[in-house]
Amino acid sequence: MIAALITLGILALIFGAILGYSAIRFKVEADPLVEQIDAILPQTQCGQCGYPGCKPYAEAIANGDEINKCPPGGEATIKHLADLMGVEPKPLDGAHGTEDVKKVAYIREAECIGCTKCIQACPVDAIIGASKQMHTVIVDECTGCDLCVAPCPVDCIDMVPVKETPTNWQWKLAKNAGGTVGDINIKELS
Amino acid sequence: MGVFEPNSQSIPDWDDIFTQLSNGQMADFPGGIHPPQAKELSNTIPIITPNLPDALYIPIKQHSGVVGNISVKIGEHVKKGQALTQSSHPFSVPVHASTSGTITNIIEHPSAHASGLPETSLELIPDGLDTWHLLPVITDYQSTPPMVLLERISQAGISGLGGAGFPTYIKTNTQKPVECIIINGIECEPYISSDDRIMREHALQIKQGIDILCHITQAKRVIVAVEDNKPEAYKSLAQACINDERILMASVPTKYPAGGEKQLIQVLTGFEVPNGGLPIDLGILMYNVGTCFAIADAVLYGKALTQRVVTLTGKALAKPQNVWALLGTPIAYLLAHAGYDSNKQKRQKVIMGGPMMGFTVLNDTVPVVKITNCLLVPEQDELPDIDDEKPCIRCGVCADACPAGLLPQQLYWYSKAKELGKAQDYHIHDCIECGACAYVCPSEIPLVQYYRQTKAAIRQEAENKAKSDKAKERFEARQARLLADKKAREEKHKKAAEARKAAMENKGNDAKDKIAAALARAKAKRAAAKAAQDNQQDDAN
Repeated sequence: MIAALITLGILALIFGAILGYSAIRFKVEADPLVEQIDAILPQTQCGQCGYPGCKPYAEAIANGDEINKCPPGGEATIKHLADLMGVEPKPLDGAHGTEDVKKVAYIREAECIGCTKCIQACPVDAIIGASKQMHTVIVDECTGCDLCVAPCPVDCIDMVPVKETPTNWQWKLAKNAGGTVGDINIKELS
Repeated sequence: MGVFEPNSQSIPDWDDIFTQLSNGQMADFPGGIHPPQAKELSNTIPIITPNLPDALYIPIKQHSGVVGNISVKIGEHVKKGQALTQSSHPFSVPVHASTSGTITNIIEHPSAHASGLPETSLELIPDGLDTWHLLPVITDYQSTPPMVLLERISQAGISGLGGAGFPTYIKTNTQKPVECIIINGIECEPYISSDDRIMREHALQIKQGIDILCHITQAKRVIVAVEDNKPEAYKSLAQACINDERILMASVPTKYPAGGEKQLIQVLTGFEVPNGGLPIDLGILMYNVGTCFAIADAVLYGKALTQRVVTLTGKALAKPQNVWALLGTPIAYLLAHAGYDSNKQKRQKVIMGGPMMGFTVLNDTVPVVKITNCLLVPEQDELPDIDDEKPCIRCGVCADACPAGLLPQQLYWYSKAKELGKAQDYHIHDCIECGACAYVCPSEIPLVQYYRQTKAAIRQEAENKAKSDKAKERFEARQARLLADKKAREEKHKKAAEARKAAMENKGNDAKDKIAAALARAKAKRAAAKAAQDNQQDDAN
């Protein structure tokens, strides 16, 4: 009886020690949830979700907010968030906007008065210019967040859809305007 | 998961392979199909050179890679073979004037792409003289350094004429040792016979191209592979290569898609190109026969790539044939040349490329480009349109047909469900889009279209991810900068406030002194006045 107790006790100590050691030795530096969510969000910093940026929304999701408030990310982002959070994907919440084609800001340069208001509004420093000098948008850096449009006192900023080129064009499935496109069924050929 | 066991050896034993091949022993690739050939429509008559068209539309991007800058002006007269674009970028090759004439415009012209979206093109009105601007001829290529020859191949604008349009000089300029060059004369896709005709008629010049490639790469061995449904082409190439010890002719059994780069390597060597790797990882470079012809043209005759053989075929054409088409020729011109009868089609339909991998062009002004090997104009009912797809019945025939050993059915489900990650797990990027799965599918599901869409979506998602990462970085950098600015400003304010306070204190002391001095002065004055009064009183007393 006592021998058994001692044996089990010693075993418990040994395994405890092993477990304790491996917990320290093989510690996994887990990516904090907020960081993971933030990595999925499109980083437009547009605030359409009602939070002042992507990181705050990521924090809100981590604390249990809905995952369907991000219009720029759209369905794809919701799907990824659902996967990560282990919840069912939901359709985009219309109250925060709808998924739109990708756009970038364009400054009508002749009308720009050089007030720098848009530069201050741009969350990703994609507008260059100086006081009383013409401003312009760096197209490659613009996330299309829309935040520069409202502050402009002369309304010279347009959001223009990104032009479709053969490089970014998407294959459409069989029945499109031009009829069938792509591979053709030749099995009935005699 | 449909992936074949890699060959136990990682490096091919070429002596062994050559012995086996010369004994007629060949390996095979998985899957494949035997569609009706329909090559006899166009392969019986020699290649014809049509008259000059009224106008040419030369897109400035005709290869995969980077576009060069336009180096001619509107109104400028150019000669045939003169470069129209230039670039210092290594992934760029120039395009050339296809005939002599005047550049009349730089326009956005419908592209030879499934989208038909406009691309920057040069409009060239021929002067009818077709005068050449020849590059210096290099006859003695054997004593010319390889770099000079590579430079010439790049200058001449040669990109792979087999289909992908990858710049030839980049492929050839490899740092890895080249053991064997494979010349691809398979042309496995139904209807197309442009390679067949060029092999029959220009075998000697193809051989010259092979010699140049051997000199550049120092390859000791060459396999010339021709499908066994083209005996004439095989014979004329064998004749041309008869006295060359390095060259082995191989007659490959007809099966679609034996002409795919990876499939052909598997048939000839038994080795699979590693996942994500290139043929050069096995010491192999592969060239299309048309590319060899163009290389000889560029080096030995000083001619840039200005034309290519295009098969004009289909039962809606009165005279199906192969033509030497100038790059930039609108397809409408070639179809008229071949006697296109629109009454034979209910709805106008022209396919660029073959019936398996080609695409329907949306506009008949689309030009012939470097990768255009065929224009197929089917009669009504010759190639029926795809009916509405029916549900997948999970029969698995597609998996048996897939030459890449993938699971088309799984890829289809994941594509349909937009499960991009899963599609990648099932190696969607190893799909060569040959269309064998769609061909055998009893439910007539346009499988390849799903894969193309999914591949595009995967690329798009990767781009979006890269963009959002960059945006995040910029946003965080901005936040950090604003915070630093704010801190600096607060620091400045604090310092200013302290300075003011200190100044105030100093000033305060001054003021006190002044007040005290004033008080003292007033006191002294009062005292003086009092003393004076006292004196007066004393005097009065």
